[in-house]
Amino acid sequence: MTVSALALRANATFIGSTVGRKVVMAVTGAILIGFVFVHMIGNMQLYLGPEALNHYAVFLRTFLHGAGIWIFRAVMLTAVVLHVWAATTLTLDSWAARPQGYRLWEPKESTYASRTLRWGGVLLALFIVYHLLHFTVGSAHPDFREGDVYHNVVAGFQVWYASAIYIAAMIALGLHLDHGLWSLFQTLGLQHPRYKRYIRLFAHGFALLIVLGNISFPIAVLTGVVK
Amino acid sequence: MNLDPKVPSGPLAEKWSKTKFDYKLVNPSNKRKYSVIMVGSGLAGAGGAASLAELGYYVKCFCYQDSPRRAHSIAAQGGINAAKNYHNDGDSVWRLFYDTVKGGDFRAREANVYRLAEVSNSIIDQCAALGVPFAREYGGLLDNRSFGGAQVSRTFYARGQTGQQLLLGAYQALERQIGRGQVQMFTRHEMQELIVVDGRARGIVVRDMVTGAVETHLADAVCLATGGYGNVYFLSTYAKGCNGTAIWRAYKKGAGFANPCFTQIHPTCIPVTGEHQSKLTLMSESLRNDGRIWVPKKQGDTRAPGDVPEDERDYYLERKYPSYGNLAPRDISSRAAKQVCDEGRGVGATGLGVYLDFAESIGRLGEDTIREKYGNLFEMYERITAEDPYTVPMRIFPATHYTMGGLWVDYNLQSSIPGLFVLGEANFSDHGANRLGASALMQGLADGYFVIPYTMGDYLARTKQAPLAADHPDVRAAEAAVAGRTQRLLGIKGKRTVTSFHRALGRIMWEHCGMARNAADLKAGLAKIPPLREEFWRNVTVPGSGDEINQSLEMAGRVADFLELGELIIRDALERDESCGCHFREEHQTPDGEALRDDQRFTHVAVWEYQGDAATPVRHQEALTYENIQLATRSYK
Amino acid sequence: MNLTLHVWRQQNARTPGRFVTYEAHDISPDMSFLEMLDVVNERLIEGGEDPIAFDHDCREGICGTCGVVVNGRPHGPRERTTACQLHMRSFADGDSITIEPWRAKAFPVLKDLIVDRGALDRIIAAGGFISAPIGSAPDANAIPVRKVLAELSMDAAACIGCGACVAACPNASAMLFTAAKVSHLGLLPQGQPERFDRVRAMVAQMDAEAFGSCTNHEECEAACPKGITVETIGRMNADYVMASLTVGRRAARLGDSGGG
Repeated sequence: MTVSALALRANATFIGSTVGRKVVMAVTGAILIGFVFVHMIGNMQLYLGPEALNHYAVFLRTFLHGAGIWIFRAVMLTAVVLHVWAATTLTLDSWAARPQGYRLWEPKESTYASRTLRWGGVLLALFIVYHLLHFTVGSAHPDFREGDVYHNVVAGFQVWYASAIYIAAMIALGLHLDHGLWSLFQTLGLQHPRYKRYIRLFAHGFALLIVLGNISFPIAVLTGVVK
Repeated sequence: MNLDPKVPSGPLAEKWSKTKFDYKLVNPSNKRKYSVIMVGSGLAGAGGAASLAELGYYVKCFCYQDSPRRAHSIAAQGGINAAKNYHNDGDSVWRLFYDTVKGGDFRAREANVYRLAEVSNSIIDQCAALGVPFAREYGGLLDNRSFGGAQVSRTFYARGQTGQQLLLGAYQALERQIGRGQVQMFTRHEMQELIVVDGRARGIVVRDMVTGAVETHLADAVCLATGGYGNVYFLSTYAKGCNGTAIWRAYKKGAGFANPCFTQIHPTCIPVTGEHQSKLTLMSESLRNDGRIWVPKKQGDTRAPGDVPEDERDYYLERKYPSYGNLAPRDISSRAAKQVCDEGRGVGATGLGVYLDFAESIGRLGEDTIREKYGNLFEMYERITAEDPYTVPMRIFPATHYTMGGLWVDYNLQSSIPGLFVLGEANFSDHGANRLGASALMQGLADGYFVIPYTMGDYLARTKQAPLAADHPDVRAAEAAVAGRTQRLLGIKGKRTVTSFHRALGRIMWEHCGMARNAADLKAGLAKIPPLREEFWRNVTVPGSGDEINQSLEMAGRVADFLELGELIIRDALERDESCGCHFREEHQTPDGEALRDDQRFTHVAVWEYQGDAATPVRHQEALTYENIQLATRSYK
Repeated sequence: MNLTLHVWRQQNARTPGRFVTYEAHDISPDMSFLEMLDVVNERLIEGGEDPIAFDHDCREGICGTCGVVVNGRPHGPRERTTACQLHMRSFADGDSITIEPWRAKAFPVLKDLIVDRGALDRIIAAGGFISAPIGSAPDANAIPVRKVLAELSMDAAACIGCGACVAACPNASAMLFTAAKVSHLGLLPQGQPERFDRVRAMVAQMDAEAFGSCTNHEECEAACPKGITVETIGRMNADYVMASLTVGRRAARLGDSGGG
């Protein structure tokens, strides 16, 4: 027979397609979620005292003779860049897909988390910049001591508005994760009607865990549990 | 008028294979030089366009809808018949053939019906291959149910959406050819005129319903697959847009119109609620497998159905037709419903309704089984009536559903105009005077997938045609006629809306030419239509212009044709002085109210020939000969 | 019932539109939503005005022709119901009803509430089919189909192509529509040979039509009159990934002359 219509059209690139970019979102999102989780667990050493936390920091910097942290940073940077790139282009495409909106619009199935996903992402990007300047570079820190992570954390969070920014950002992160984590499964097609509610519950639980774990640090400092 | 049915000689079972061998073939490399026009994109249209394109012909396909997927075949619910005998219950091609001829009250052409039964099996194979998700047994094999007056389980189905799934199969095959460039699709285009040059159909004039542009399309042959004309009754189970314009234009260009009075009234529709009603919704006949039909024995009994004790109910179908019971054929069930309502035993606010009760089968099979079988239909009923059929019996009433009549075609599906082929419900078809359930889908796909690809090839191979100039006088005349008609409709600027005329026509048709007909009523109806038509052309109002989307204008054109077609229906009903199938003449019935055929005088197809607007059309006959089966009185008792 | 309608009126694709308010008196709760519009239109025509153009055909919820956004919900407030099956008893006397067309770049307004949904057909033409030439099919029972797969396939095949999913999606994405067809055919054994080519071709066409992308709001599922679920989208995504990972396998094989 003649050339199939299918073969003629299936030449668009994976990365250029909406589904492909969604998969990029999902995979990089999974990497970032993994990081967020490990980051939180690592920081839990705040509660073990200065020794433990500072040793942990040293370990991270010297891992693989110091190359580890750079490999890690490269992976993170790539993931963030790809995540933001995919999000931005998909968002612009979606905005262009509806030049004229509705006068009246009644959402039904979408959630606050799903509707704020994009702006939550923008907030998180800004927060990450602040976070890096605050604890990694130190330029946004009132009393930054190179190498003394425990001190930097305690001193940093003793500034009430810094803590407030962290708490607010973690709530944004929670909402972002709540929908993002669920979306990840959906986008990759890791789904089954029987397990749908468990995946949902897992996303809710995971997001809550991250929020509670992370905001416990500034609260612990502000309330004097950690000095 | 040449009414040679061109039925091949030889034994019935070999006619089709012999003919296929006798047909001339078009050389594969020449096929692309031929173009074919297909009007309509339902089962017959989409199926035909796809299969012709697959063979290599260049096809232009037209539909008035915004997508070929929306053709009204999509609304068929129950199923499609095939003589697969997968259930080992005694089915065969011969039995399907016999049932269809008998169901049609012996008014169909033997050879056509046999071919239909013969290809029915290939249809199921083809549809399964195209991805139609038919209902399956747990073993993975196809499930069947018994349906509409058949005593074997031969109906294949996809929930209550068989028509949808079959159409989507054909639509996808069509879209595939569109993607390949082998079919050019024209959506939102309505055929307005047939172009006949030197006695052959050579093209059509269409109106682009978005821009209003009048376009001409020329080809080597034209196929009409535009469905039935039941909307002449205004209220029907047809889609709002279904119309008779294409076949009516062809009729006025010389194509014979066969058996126009054979209009099927379906017994199970949701009753009318008021003047605003725009259409009637069918409740699949499959419901009759498990539902029991009854009315109170007492006249004017206004008790709630649950308060009527068992012994005061009249399960009239079970009583009158013990062997078929609630599954009696459509014409018989409809008439029985009308009868009990005429006796004043109808139910509901209007008294035009009977109960379809599932209490017994819910008790026997459980609500879950019923929900699994008919869930979507029950939901649809609840949506429309706000009543829950799991607890309260459904109310149903007959409504216009299908037209067995249509343009006359020979064995090759060619009308009396050479080069004009008519497929599916648009032709006078294989159903005689009454169509059995699950047979329409079968016929549409048979014509489209398995008949037209052969017969079209033969026509093209035998016909030498010179290319037709776009400015040929006959082409120009057809274009001018379309433009003139549009201007005329827009120019009347009267007082009355198109819909009000349509509704008035529908009432005349229903009252005078409905489920039971008699000479006096028919004559009275015949007298009422010309004044209405005259008023239409004097007093209709069509707002807007012709060069934009103008739904009033679209409707006006269709109603104008219905106003003529309705008259022909009544005329045909009057001339057919016998009762057969759907056509019940009160003068001709047995003492217990059953139809009485007059085989002596009416074993023929009535074919009407147009003689001009002012003249009475001429009635021709194509005699029906039955070489293989014995004419018998239909009995479902 | 008496109602106030705010209806989008637009002469054609080139001119801008606006909302016009109409009073609809004496509406029966037994009317369908479209019959209510019929009544309003009859009165407009009698008053010499241009009636409201809206798409409709079968009026029994299966052809997918009708579809308007009613008070911010595609097909109106009732779940799993097309506009033609929505009845006025879903509204209360005195209600204000805002009626808008589907809004998407891929669905340009043709007039008033009528939009052009040809993009959906083009997605099907790109790959939403099984290539089974007429007459070539084996016996229908030669290939058994697991009942559960046949049912899942049918769930997806129930799509009526109305476009409500696009209208409902905050991103105007056509993924539910596309995924429904990918699922319908991809779940059946008959659809396997073209499964991966199909999904790539259909997604490419979907993107070319300028639909947005999915962010898993699930508004499409909520608006779908046929209850098609977002699982179809997950299935499509997974197929798309698999298709993209395995594409070119044939070309990569050495010594393949491409057949005779």
